[in-house]
Amino acid sequence: MLKIENLHVNVDDKNILKGVDLVVKPGEVHAIMGPNGSGKSTLSNVIAGKEGYDVTQGDIILDDQSLLELTPEERAALGVFLSFQYPVEIPGVNNIYLLKAALNAKRKIQGLEEMDAFEFLQLVKEKMQALKMDEDFLYRDVNSGFSGGEKKRNEILQMTLLEPKLAILDETDSGLDIDALKIVADGINQLRSPDRSIILVTHYQRLLDYVQPDYVHVFNKGKIQKSGDKNLALELEQSGYNTIETK
Amino acid sequence: MSQDTINQIIDKGYKHGFVTDIETETIPCGLNEDVVRLISQKKNEPEFLLNFRLKAYRHWLTMTEPTWAHLHHPPIDYQAISYYAAPKSKKDAPKSLDEVDPELLRTYEKLGIPLKEQEMLAGVAVDAVFDSVSVATTFKGKLKELGIIFCSFSEAVHEHPELIEQYLGSVVPYSDNYFATLNSAVFSDGSFVYIPKGVKCPMELSTYFRINAANTGQFERTLIIAEEDSYVSYLEGCTAPMRDENQLHAAVVELVALKNASIKYSTVQNWYPGDKDGKGGIYNFVTKRGECRDDNAKISWTQIETGSAITWKYPSVILRGDNSVGEFYSVALTNNLQQADTGTKMIHLGKNTTSTIISKGIAAGRSQNAYRGLVKIAKNAENARNFTQCDSLLMGDKCGAHTFPYIESKNKSAKLEHEATTSKISDEQLFYLRQRGLSVEDSVSMIVNGFCKQVLRKLPMEFAVEAQKLLGISLEGSVG
Repeated sequence: MLKIENLHVNVDDKNILKGVDLVVKPGEVHAIMGPNGSGKSTLSNVIAGKEGYDVTQGDIILDDQSLLELTPEERAALGVFLSFQYPVEIPGVNNIYLLKAALNAKRKIQGLEEMDAFEFLQLVKEKMQALKMDEDFLYRDVNSGFSGGEKKRNEILQMTLLEPKLAILDETDSGLDIDALKIVADGINQLRSPDRSIILVTHYQRLLDYVQPDYVHVFNKGKIQKSGDKNLALELEQSGYNTIETK
Repeated sequence: MSQDTINQIIDKGYKHGFVTDIETETIPCGLNEDVVRLISQKKNEPEFLLNFRLKAYRHWLTMTEPTWAHLHHPPIDYQAISYYAAPKSKKDAPKSLDEVDPELLRTYEKLGIPLKEQEMLAGVAVDAVFDSVSVATTFKGKLKELGIIFCSFSEAVHEHPELIEQYLGSVVPYSDNYFATLNSAVFSDGSFVYIPKGVKCPMELSTYFRINAANTGQFERTLIIAEEDSYVSYLEGCTAPMRDENQLHAAVVELVALKNASIKYSTVQNWYPGDKDGKGGIYNFVTKRGECRDDNAKISWTQIETGSAITWKYPSVILRGDNSVGEFYSVALTNNLQQADTGTKMIHLGKNTTSTIISKGIAAGRSQNAYRGLVKIAKNAENARNFTQCDSLLMGDKCGAHTFPYIESKNKSAKLEHEATTSKISDEQLFYLRQRGLSVEDSVSMIVNGFCKQVLRKLPMEFAVEAQKLLGISLEGSVG
């Protein structure tokens, strides 16, 4: 279970998050919506442990353990996964190489043997089929020359391989056409499970047509301004963020 | 040293022929004409070789150390060096691995090097019994059947003097440059390879097989001759960091490829780079040059340079034959206080000659990393082509990457392309990989290996895997 308590975060001495409280229980899907610059991506990055974010108050707790002092890789080992808004290109590194290294890093922590090449290939091909990805994905450089949709699908593929405890999807729907959106939503739905928490960070309601959230939170000016069920998202879509702000 | 003492030493005689007994044979430091004669006499060399050495020595006296490279080091005292066989003093050597720099041992362990070899590489004063002796013997038998000669340079001087006389200095003349000329005067030993006409050498020739057999020392000399229609792939070096108490290394490598012949020369250079403050590292001043002496010949250099405090090295190709091909694939990685000034020269003389240069420089710590390359198109080199790509990767903000490309074209039909990039390992890339559960070290290693992929895939398979590991290890501690 993820528990965020009164989280205040500065970036370059500017106060971005101003007291965020959020509890995400296993099995739940929470959508975080809000206008640009409201601090949604900051929240995602802070949970994952990106450098350059200064937590001045509050805590982030995953299963009774504070994440704040942990490195990004230590958080990943605990099951935190961030699907990037802008997946990063790593020239010269085959996608399959990264996938395998990531999976084996996780297995090592779990005390499992490294997966051999053959076994791994079977597994990854299976996961790719579900996401309608071509095999040649494996042998292309990580995210290099990928289209927007391909990059996002690649993130989902990594997520399905790593089976995280907490998945944060940062604007996964941006830049996707409707077909790609459905495929990505499918992938997310497959990952819904009673022992997994999912946070969807999104600007628009349309992803939520395909992935039904249990809760919707509206972010504004570094805080959760309003929480509700999926109907809140629909309400927002109709009346815009401004109506929330003035309330 | 007086002439008398020298004569006394010479007169002692050699029951082992030209093989030096390293425990007892030492000559004091310093260089003069007598020392050059002594070296030649001790090795029982034919007169032509002595003359070659003397010509070189006399020429060397007229030369001065080059200063054009982007390198800084205290002056080298050439009179403080012992020029004969560089015997390892067992008195000063560590008595056991307990006395060896733990950092070095940690690296050996990471590379998975067996204990016996660790002792040998670290220069521990033990009589290493080396398993590869028998391997080397069977290996040599197989080559002999094909008429391939693969032996130490000294052995070749005695067994095949006519080949040495014909080819030695034919690519790198004795007067070539300060360090090559010094080497020509005092070279100790090295490797000799001869591939007869029409023979494709069926295995990678590696100096690793003779690492125990020859103490090649600091002035190494290598000569490879590939006759018409032949092929050879030669591997030099070792991924394990090697210690050597000789700080100055000045090697010469000459390659001769005749008609339709092809030579592939791969190097992994990992001499001791010195400690974090740059103390004790090797100065590596190397002259490597190949000549495509006839039509359709090909010479390909691949190098992974991670060691030495100073690397000064420009493996080059003279493209004399028409349609001949020259290639240079290089990864040069510097960390801490290391300095590298490395690159290539492609000299296009024949028609339709082509050359490719791919250089990847990685600088970390407070190191300086320079690419220096010359592409020269002679007047008669119709339709010559060159493609050059120089990429630099910087880690941190205290290191430097420099690119010095020189182009001289005297023929209008030449087509020359040059691409250069400089980039940094971005925080975004590191965060992305770490978010996927990779450690900082593994993340850096993955990014660097990706950056070097074009070069790494030119290496023979088993070398490539080791080289990948090596790049990661060499960069440890350079980030975060």
